[in-house]
Amino acid sequence: MSDFVSEFWHYYVAGLTILSLLYCAWVLVSNMSRGKAGPAELHGHVWDEDLQEYNNPLPRWWLYLFWLTLIFSLGYFLLYPALGTSAGRLGWSSKGEYEAEMARAAERYDPIFDKYLKQDLQAVAADPEAQAMGQRLFLTYCAQCHGADARGSRGFPNLADGDWLHGGTPEAIKTTITQGRTGVMPPLGAALGGEGTKDVANYVRSLSGLAHDSLRAQRGREGFAQNCVACHGADGKGNVALGAPNLTDRIWLYGSSEAVIIETISKGRQNQMPAFHDLLGDSKVHLLSAYVLSLSRQQ
Amino acid sequence: MQTQATYDYQVVRQFSVMTVIWGIVGMAVGVFIAAQLVWPELNFAEWLHFGRLRPLHTNAVIFAFGGCALMGTSYYVVQRTSHTSLFLPWLASFTFWGWQAVIVLAAVTLPLGITSGKEYAELEWPIDILIAVVWVSYAVVFFGTIAKRKTPHIYVANWFYGAFIIAVALLHIVNSAAMPVGMWKSYSAYAGVQDAMIQWWYGHNAVGFFLTAGFLGIMYYFVPKQVGRPVYSYRLSVVHFWALIFTYMWAGPHHLHYTALPDWTQSLGMAFSLILLAPSWGGMINGIMTLSGAWDKLRTDPILKFLITALSFYGMSTFEGPMMSIKTVNALSHYTDWTIGHVHSGALGWVAMISIGAVYYLLPRLYGKQEMYSVRLITAHFWIATIGIVLYIASMWIAGVMQGLMWRATNPDGTLTYSFVESVKASYPFWTVRLLGGVLFLAGMFIMAYNMFRTMWSGKPFNAPVLAPTAAAH
Repeated sequence: MSDFVSEFWHYYVAGLTILSLLYCAWVLVSNMSRGKAGPAELHGHVWDEDLQEYNNPLPRWWLYLFWLTLIFSLGYFLLYPALGTSAGRLGWSSKGEYEAEMARAAERYDPIFDKYLKQDLQAVAADPEAQAMGQRLFLTYCAQCHGADARGSRGFPNLADGDWLHGGTPEAIKTTITQGRTGVMPPLGAALGGEGTKDVANYVRSLSGLAHDSLRAQRGREGFAQNCVACHGADGKGNVALGAPNLTDRIWLYGSSEAVIIETISKGRQNQMPAFHDLLGDSKVHLLSAYVLSLSRQQ
Repeated sequence: MQTQATYDYQVVRQFSVMTVIWGIVGMAVGVFIAAQLVWPELNFAEWLHFGRLRPLHTNAVIFAFGGCALMGTSYYVVQRTSHTSLFLPWLASFTFWGWQAVIVLAAVTLPLGITSGKEYAELEWPIDILIAVVWVSYAVVFFGTIAKRKTPHIYVANWFYGAFIIAVALLHIVNSAAMPVGMWKSYSAYAGVQDAMIQWWYGHNAVGFFLTAGFLGIMYYFVPKQVGRPVYSYRLSVVHFWALIFTYMWAGPHHLHYTALPDWTQSLGMAFSLILLAPSWGGMINGIMTLSGAWDKLRTDPILKFLITALSFYGMSTFEGPMMSIKTVNALSHYTDWTIGHVHSGALGWVAMISIGAVYYLLPRLYGKQEMYSVRLITAHFWIATIGIVLYIASMWIAGVMQGLMWRATNPDGTLTYSFVESVKASYPFWTVRLLGGVLFLAGMFIMAYNMFRTMWSGKPFNAPVLAPTAAAH
């Protein structure tokens, strides 16, 4: 009841709850009489020609069922947090249950994962059992973006093609999973103008041998030199330190059509790989890193 | 011919016919989104996307189909059991046209993506204001008619209708409180977990008062009328009425188990949901036991089949509901298709069947006929609908439990055995069966519409004369 800090609210909730149980009990008690033996009596009103009511007593089994739920609830309210801020006799809380469950899981499962922590990533990547565990982790935590087959999707890098935005060394992969990554391509539409953007886009397409307008590509070379080389390098081969993609290969995160490249240049791109260390801890990140490392090995 | 005061049946006729029409529309949208789950390619245009049509489906079946059934039957019942015509008939007519306007606005804005994002309360603030105005007018007509009744006592069906009308006004106005930032955009007056709690206080009481108390009002009139026997127990109706309307108000937190909602609130929600079992069953007992001495009628009377089967589904889903609100059960069932199955055993089994039964009872009486154009078609409708419901809920139960078990299955190293998408893949056969169930239920509604129009064409609008109250038999 963090927003209701006055102690009044404790008594309000607890009082109202108890009163409610008493109300239900009162409704029952005041209607419990068994009624006379013999044929059911008619309650003495008639509506709409023939609508009438018998006054049969409450079915006993139904009555006991009602009492049972009332008594259960009273017991539950005393044992569990229910009556205002009272913690309940059992001292149970959902936070406590969660922490106890996590502690039990840590005790039981952590050794299974921790044993791989001592081995280096190359060795873990070669261990079939560790691979199976890594794959299960991948399917739970990574497949939403990168796909069950790790081949990614538009905006989500393919992890199985041997091409790495932020580096494919074991250490780089582990850093990516541990700390996450932020990919930023600044918008250059204002700096280049409409025609200038189209020229640069044609130049970019020429870098990987895609069909392009050679006149525009020729003109775009200068715009590229002024605006793009700081990140993508003079040769367009990118820079893993910055996460700047290699523009000379056939791998495109957002697409290679002229229209998409124009969109990328003029509006820029923002991308985010979340950090997983706080969620998963050292040993699971280690296993996942090894699994991701192995994906490109299979090529 | 002498002019004699008659009941105002015009508005009842309008609502009854629209019950069938909106039932077809709402259920057809339901069938379409069920098909989208089987064939995702059917999400081919943004305004026909599952995310936009799903709220249209829920709004159409709850508020258009269910709402028309409730308003139509309540106007009929309150007049006949009060032995007087409606209070302010022109206002009653306004509630009909106002309500249709709300429905049409919902059918336009929801596919356009205009939504407040609150489940079962998605409509934006201008429509919310219209709903409030219509609803208050409805209350004025209903309670005004009660006030000018010619009988000393208020019949039990009217208690339930009355509670439903008052509670829905309260729920709607409190939950829809919002700050508009434009004609079609507003932000809730509440934030964070309080917003969630207000939303589910509303959401569960929409079930409790709209879909339960209101339809119990239908039950308490149409079951004894169709059976021709007195209600089983006046005393039981008193106890279960006061216990039901009181306890429902507490049950909302069971929608928020294992969330940021404080533990004490979750405990209260769970325990009061369990307490709800007996008051809910009180209504079922009172309805079904009204048949004692006349069980044979179930064999021959398809309208009674609808009404009594509705009560059976009501009993089943009000047992299932408290069970699912137990936290350990909820840990398995929550977020799975089990919830969808539960909702539809209530919505198709209880709400739709009791409404259909009541409309079949009403139509001949509203058009000066002895019975529907074809009684055999009612029987056909009954069996098709029943098979449809069974296919629907059985497939959702199995799919739901399967999903819950798949999501919690772990390997010896503590990792999850199944990725989420594997549970999606495993659900396809059940979604196909569900679609089939929905198609059957919808087909039944088309049969009903045919039967309805044939009855209307062969009869003509009829307003029965107001009856003088009868003195008690003893």
